[in-house]
Amino acid sequence: MNKDTKISLALTRVQFNWTERILELGILLISATTSVAILMIFVFVGRESMPVIFGKSQLDASQSIRSVEDLHKMSAKEIMTYLGLSKEEYNSLDKQSLRELMLLKIETARDASKDKDAFINAASLKYLFFPHQWTGYDKPVFIWQPVSEIRKFNIIPLIVGSLKISLIAILVSVPFAIASAILVSVLVHPKIKEVLKPLIELLAGIPSVVIGVFGLIVIANIVQSVTGCVFRLNSLTAGIALSFAVIPVIFSISEDALSSVPKSYIEAAYALGASRWKMAFQVVMPAAFPGVFAALMIGFGRAFGETMIVLMASGNASILSASILDPARTITATIAAELAETVFGDPHYSVLFFIGLLLFVFTFILNIAANLVMGHLRTRIEGKK
Amino acid sequence: MKAKINYVLSTIILGLILTYAGEAGNIIVKGSDTLVILAQKWAEVYMAKNKNVTIQVTGGGSGTGFAALQNKSTDLCNASRKIKTTELQNCIKAFGKRPLEFPVALDGLSVYVNTENPIKELTLQQLEAIFTGKVKNWKEVGGPDAQITLYSRENSSGTYEFFKEHVLKGKDFASSAQAMPGTAALIQAVARDKNGIGYGGAAYGQGVKHLLIKKDDSSPAIEPVEENIVNGTYPIWRYLYVYVNPDLYKGEIAEYLKWIRSDEGQKIVKDIGYYPLPKNLRSSN
Repeated sequence: MNKDTKISLALTRVQFNWTERILELGILLISATTSVAILMIFVFVGRESMPVIFGKSQLDASQSIRSVEDLHKMSAKEIMTYLGLSKEEYNSLDKQSLRELMLLKIETARDASKDKDAFINAASLKYLFFPHQWTGYDKPVFIWQPVSEIRKFNIIPLIVGSLKISLIAILVSVPFAIASAILVSVLVHPKIKEVLKPLIELLAGIPSVVIGVFGLIVIANIVQSVTGCVFRLNSLTAGIALSFAVIPVIFSISEDALSSVPKSYIEAAYALGASRWKMAFQVVMPAAFPGVFAALMIGFGRAFGETMIVLMASGNASILSASILDPARTITATIAAELAETVFGDPHYSVLFFIGLLLFVFTFILNIAANLVMGHLRTRIEGKK
Repeated sequence: MKAKINYVLSTIILGLILTYAGEAGNIIVKGSDTLVILAQKWAEVYMAKNKNVTIQVTGGGSGTGFAALQNKSTDLCNASRKIKTTELQNCIKAFGKRPLEFPVALDGLSVYVNTENPIKELTLQQLEAIFTGKVKNWKEVGGPDAQITLYSRENSSGTYEFFKEHVLKGKDFASSAQAMPGTAALIQAVARDKNGIGYGGAAYGQGVKHLLIKKDDSSPAIEPVEENIVNGTYPIWRYLYVYVNPDLYKGEIAEYLKWIRSDEGQKIVKDIGYYPLPKNLRSSN
């Protein structure tokens, strides 16, 4: 700490200002609210996906069915366990309602599938991640069929779909985003930069639903006429459409990283007789590499979490396939498309929250990793100043 | 300053009056997205006739509607499918009775193919084989030698569930079936794909060909038109429902439900793209 800072700190202590204090407190409160809100979302999503994590079965098909007349013979405790009621629920219900619930139990048992696979708790981790040979299939399969007599919740096709489309999006975006970042940050005149940078960043302002429609109608046609693929809507179409959302993210962050390379580096490069291209690719680029890498990770997180574009342009078929010309179903599109119609508290509902949790954890890790890399960059550059 | 206070006060008073007036005849309708346009149209026409009633219609899906019915945050629940046992259970837990179920309209489902496709009719068994992925090439059902591309709906859609239950007999759709977010998107896709096949409301379908459907090999091929759907000869049709808590089934709400199912309410059904109830299911007025 040098002398000047000491003096200014001493000054702040002397001039105690109430309005500043109140403002400070207000800002603190607002930021605390944000953190609490994020924490609450996390807790909520986690709570709703608990049944999956702890393998709590909601299917009680093995239970023996009792006739409605038994209601008189059963004790309160027996009724509560038989009908799955809590104490408050039991107390709030009259005899007539209990009879209805008993009757419903009989009807459910009568309509339930007698297939052996119908008794499996498909919403447990084992069936979520590993293949299983279900009735009607001739080999063990990874399959997502949540609305079915025998429900199948294998999430591997969804994870693969999300990864596949995000990877395509990153591969398509990287050349464009990084080339324009280098161009804007070091190669062009600052006056042109002032126009070009906001122009590219404007791309981030296009609503994703508009990009989705563009993918659905225009990009799909181009992809089909170039590749001659069977499916108009496929992973490649979705990946290309998604890159429109990813390019501004990668561009913006890597441009910042490239611009924050100290001027002395550039001057030294010129002094040693480097050309502009040599300076850009052999001095600035390596110095900013951690920042560019962080940009890629954040871009990947953006691609992985994007919903509307993939919902519209990916075809949404939950096939497990490595081909980029097959349709794919992503985690985000699955949640968006299915959550509204599920029965609340049902295994399907819990599984959707569980994959939401996976998504949350994944993007969280990506963002933290990106931040660490960025921090590393900052210390590296500042340390050598 | 004084004017400002006056303004604020009058807004508050107006707000109070409005809330009070709202309680006089306010009906909240929530549920299926399939039914939301029809429900809005019903509400509009009914409100124009009965000035003292306000009807709020929102979508969100049948599941959302049933959840709201349990929480008593809606009066009527629109549903494009029947209530499920878990939902029935929750309703009984919440208000001790099963909700009342009213069929309010008919919906016929067509099977669409591209206009270039030479196929004119298929049997229900052929449809089952195509959509479960057993039949993969058009030549197996008498068409050209080309791979069939399947277009289906999202599994949250009532149409999806209905088609699965009644045409696929509960079997799973082939996983290669692409899930389209709505009937319009599906029709767009089939219209652009000469090997495509999909399904959706019979009243929709500009730019695609509606197949004639045979119950089995020996029965006649039936066209999905109003007459055949309403008299039940066309094999793929379903009811659309409104559910209500029996405790609320009185006064304005009962009147409104009765009106929906009357000849007058049923006239509107056709403008929206569904089919009116047969005479014996309508309410008499």
